[in-house]
Amino acid sequence: MQNTQAPSSTSVLEIRNMTQRFGGLVAVSDFSINLGKNQLYGLIGPNGAGKTTVFNLISGFYQPSQGRIFINGRPTAGLKPHKVTALGVARTFQNIRLWNDMSVLDNIRVAQHGALDYGFLQAVLRTRSYRDCEARIEKEARELLTFFELDQYANELPTNLPYGLQRKLEIVRALSEKPKLLLLDEPAAGLNSVDAIELIRLVKWIHENFDISILLIEHHMDVVMELCSQIKVIDFGQTIAEGDPEEIRNNPAVISAYLGDDTI
Amino acid sequence: MQRYSVQLILIALGGLITYLAYEEAIDLYIISVLMFMGVNIIMSTSLNLVNGNMGEFSCGHAGFMCVGAYVSSVLGVLLFSKNKILAAPLLNPEMAVYFFPFIIIAGGLAAALTGLLVAIPSYRTRGDYLAIITIAANYIIISAIENMNIIGGSRGFMGMKRVVNSMEDVLYLPWMVIWVFVFTIGTVWLLRRYTSSTFGKGVNAICQDEVAAEIMSVNTNKMKTITFMLSSGLAGVAGGLFAYIIGYVNPGSFNILKSTEAMVMVYLGGMGSLSGAVIAAVLFTLLTEGLRFADVLLHYLWFVPDSWHYSQVWKWVIIPLILIILMQFRPEGIMGNRELSDLFPGLKRFYKFK
Ligand SMILES: Nc1ncnc2c1ncn2[C@@H]1O[C@H](COP(=O)(O)OP(=O)(O)OP(=O)(O)O)[C@@H](O)[C@H]1O
Ligand SMILES: [Mg+2]
Repeated sequence: MQNTQAPSSTSVLEIRNMTQRFGGLVAVSDFSINLGKNQLYGLIGPNGAGKTTVFNLISGFYQPSQGRIFINGRPTAGLKPHKVTALGVARTFQNIRLWNDMSVLDNIRVAQHGALDYGFLQAVLRTRSYRDCEARIEKEARELLTFFELDQYANELPTNLPYGLQRKLEIVRALSEKPKLLLLDEPAAGLNSVDAIELIRLVKWIHENFDISILLIEHHMDVVMELCSQIKVIDFGQTIAEGDPEEIRNNPAVISAYLGDDTI
Repeated sequence: MQRYSVQLILIALGGLITYLAYEEAIDLYIISVLMFMGVNIIMSTSLNLVNGNMGEFSCGHAGFMCVGAYVSSVLGVLLFSKNKILAAPLLNPEMAVYFFPFIIIAGGLAAALTGLLVAIPSYRTRGDYLAIITIAANYIIISAIENMNIIGGSRGFMGMKRVVNSMEDVLYLPWMVIWVFVFTIGTVWLLRRYTSSTFGKGVNAICQDEVAAEIMSVNTNKMKTITFMLSSGLAGVAGGLFAYIIGYVNPGSFNILKSTEAMVMVYLGGMGSLSGAVIAAVLFTLLTEGLRFADVLLHYLWFVPDSWHYSQVWKWVIIPLILIILMQFRPEGIMGNRELSDLFPGLKRFYKFK
């Protein structure tokens, strides 16, 4: 019944009763969420809980077996990922997925594909619209890199950057698409504690300075507790708790999901 | 001025070759080698776009060449020469001189449409599967033409020399030399513009991480379609030129060995390097002609029977051998994925080939 209602006009991301099955495995079960403007929402859960699958469903990489997703009030059903991106979503990946044979600058440039106002013929004929658009993209990309203090690496290949900066670059690439919703999949994974703290600070800073909602997957409970106003905990695809950090901290289901194995 | 030196050199080079051909100052054989070089450059750079830049594995490039060759041949002959199918030409043969480039482009368009059919399976499959599909397409095209008796079937199709002759009757110029030169430069220039635009770099993004490309707003299916059509269309142009240079086509000349030649050139030059593909095409042409030359030399030996043609026999021993040696010692090819201007940044001052 809930499924037939119109999406809420203020929510940036609304998911209703989404389920995803891979063969017999239910990776995500009856997942619902409502993300308002400028909200920083945490999604946590043990390994294999289905967090990345939720991101893959939002970005249109999988079509949910059941349920509906709305981005800025628009349903994403049947849309290919690049079309979903055009609705105002950008994401990073748990394992960094930069284009490693392309310069840092080109990584940002190619991410503007959805915003190009020219096509094949204009590119080949080098028309005015082509030149204007390329000039704009280059300018904006350089500005963004400077803004995030990556400009000195503009012509480097991403693989030549320290790991922490690769993580940062992936976030910058996502931001370059001017999304309303940013999905960050364990942005601090694989970083040493110093870099991880730096990166978490970056996320916080982006949240405070950009007009953007963020859905954050993060392994470290304390980080999520500190950053997020709302948290959702999933385990084996099931939502086991949601609420503000205080509620989550004291929720017995969460404690047993996270500490369960150790306490037995 | 300095920045236009490549353009100036090209114009001078084109002018010089045309002049020498016009005056018959260089051997017809050398002229034809130069023209095959042009055709090979178009073949290798266009295949490089798909196999190198996009990282797909297309193995049937000669199939598209075949489509282009037949469409421009049949079109040109029907329009501008007396022929077995319609007897009289449809248009005045004198018009051929104006229409020739359009005939070649028509062959390219037909090949591009064929390429569209191959693009569609590439949405879902990559790697080995796509290789099999393109090989199959290559065979289908050849067999289809072999079974079309109206255009000569497996015996082949001719009459293109008459079209070229009627062009020369209107104005005596080495037309084929001119058009091969123009289309070769045009191809490289087109590919350079495409791959250096942000739009075209989407192709490289697909090669490196297709999932990331799609999620970061690249319409991967559209890019694949455009890229396949461009690549196969250019192969069609190469085919049309090839047909008019030789004056005769038969389906057998576009078999899988011809496709392999194109692949050898791409791997020799370096995946994704446009200048590498050009250099490799030049070397490859010289090598195959060199083998022919070695054959002539061998026949000076008294014990070598006249009927033996080593170059044809050994070509397919030597070429694969070169590939094996290359994969052993320099698997990235002559240029890797770099361009000449990456190796010699100083060159950038001298050109603006965009
Ligand atoms: N394409 C797929 N096909 C089959 N099973 C899949 C697929 N993708 C994910 N799964 C399964 O779904 C479950 C959830 O995976 P997911 O990657 O979403 O977990 P996660 O919460 O992100 O875990 P982690 O913390 O390890 O990243 C796992 O059991 C995984 O094996
Ligand atoms: Mg995950």
